[in-house]
Amino acid sequence: MKIAVLSGKGGTGKTLVSVNLAAAAKASTYIDCDVEEPNGHLFFKPEKLVNETVAVKIPEVDNLLCNGCRKCIEFCKFNALAYIGDTLLVFEEVCHSCGGCALICPEKALREKEKAIGEIQRGVSGNVKVITGILNTGEASGIPIIKKLLDDMHEGNSKEDKKKNNESGKEFVFIDCPPGSACIVMESIKDVDYCILVAEPTLFGVHNLSMVHELVKLFGKPCGAVLNKCLDGENPAEKYCRENGINILCQIPYENEIGTMNSNALILARENDRYQALFRGLLDAVAKGGAP
Amino acid sequence: MKQLLILSGKGGTGKTTIAAAFIKLAEAKAYADCDVDAPNLHLVAHQASEPARSNFYGMPKAEINADLCVKCDQCRKNCRFDAIEPGEKYKVDPFACEGCGVCEAVCPEGAVSLKPAVAGELMLHVNDSVFSTAQLRMGSGTSGKLVTEVKQQMNSVPIETEIAIIDGSPGIGCPVIASLSGADMVLVVAEPSLSCISDMERIIRTAKIFDMKIGVCVNKFDTNIENTKKIEAFCLEQSIPFTGKVPFDAEAVRAVNNGLSIVDLQCAAGEAVKEVFRETLRVLNG
Repeated sequence: MKIAVLSGKGGTGKTLVSVNLAAAAKASTYIDCDVEEPNGHLFFKPEKLVNETVAVKIPEVDNLLCNGCRKCIEFCKFNALAYIGDTLLVFEEVCHSCGGCALICPEKALREKEKAIGEIQRGVSGNVKVITGILNTGEASGIPIIKKLLDDMHEGNSKEDKKKNNESGKEFVFIDCPPGSACIVMESIKDVDYCILVAEPTLFGVHNLSMVHELVKLFGKPCGAVLNKCLDGENPAEKYCRENGINILCQIPYENEIGTMNSNALILARENDRYQALFRGLLDAVAKGGAP
Repeated sequence: MKQLLILSGKGGTGKTTIAAAFIKLAEAKAYADCDVDAPNLHLVAHQASEPARSNFYGMPKAEINADLCVKCDQCRKNCRFDAIEPGEKYKVDPFACEGCGVCEAVCPEGAVSLKPAVAGELMLHVNDSVFSTAQLRMGSGTSGKLVTEVKQQMNSVPIETEIAIIDGSPGIGCPVIASLSGADMVLVVAEPSLSCISDMERIIRTAKIFDMKIGVCVNKFDTNIENTKKIEAFCLEQSIPFTGKVPFDAEAVRAVNNGLSIVDLQCAAGEAVKEVFRETLRVLNG
């Protein structure tokens, strides 16, 4: 069963929820798609790490062949090319790797080369396979890394794994999504069985929760909410869920102990029986909610 | 006019809460919300009048004219974004299409054309102050271009102000990089968690690439004193000015839920943020 954990707003507790659910499950895979700010690995401290570089294609100019016709510059919608003096320049940061310039150059003066933009780290932490996408600082877009993470998920790590999963149907995959409701969040939830919306009890939280709820509805995915950092008194997020018929899966109170453990990158479900019970309960609710 | 940009790397550390307080304290006449994916500043920066609204056009999207298409498959083969869906009729997935125009260029029948596409909405409030904000349309590509337009929109209205406050977005990618251009200083709002420290180091590295003046403050500092000390030590070691710390305060949550900034009511967080503001100004003007 594939489960996406998302929130719209940052910092509501996506990583807290997805890390602890993965730890509470018997066997699971945790995929960190928040490649600009991946944090799950800080909690899992995975071992047996294997790193894979993620590269994109960017054009490279052979200035001996380039005759300055500027067709590539006219073509490029991203303004990634410029002809200055008598040299064609490539602005790698804004290139979208569409390959168009190399395709249309009449002199075949442009070729594509690989450029590393980040990496995928695979490791193991107890019962959890931990897969982390990491964007290099200074890079504009982590989308190619997220696409690769999701592709791998669809294919299954190996045929053997796939067979095992099909037989048991029990392995959980948790996708820790990037914040927001942009196209990449859409990509992350397209093929999942269930979406968990994590919200904090503020007006900010509600505003962003409503956006991400729209997105989930658009795809017709079953979903439920986890209300995090709940204080006494009124909770705008709870009110929103009730008014909009969103099933509230559980409420996590604002507790110093949770705050301290989480801020020290400890996994609640592994440290404390009470929290393990809380996340096992949540996992059961999700498994029921996502059952066909 | 000096531009102060508020960033954090990790989401939810309190960028908007700090930005709203600074706007009040600075009596800023110009401010903007560059978190176009999840804008919130408007919830605590009330405006007397409705904004002027305009469409934001992102990259164009390809469209296939089925009458001309001969299903040669060239468009699908050459598309790097898997945006062409083959079938009885070839179609473009508008969410996957990045508007690069390769399909249009390779189509032998002239069946593909690029059409302008609305990707969000810009809003401009002009009262006694100028407030520029925007909302990216759900499912659109994250957009540095929209961030740039939000800032241009703010600057398009001439107004006397010593300081302009820009509320940034989480992360380190394109929208953040777009928000850095033109800023005089970045204030990083951290919180004392190991996750945030990791993210803070990444955003500081990013800001340094762009040669920015940087300051760091810690929000909710008393939720983990040890980690707060780590952040202070990190700043000392990196020679980054530390501009103060704000305690966790349930009153701050109450303020936000009533659409107020934390300096609008008497509370510990509000008092502390005043000191952070003074120190930040010292760095900005130093």
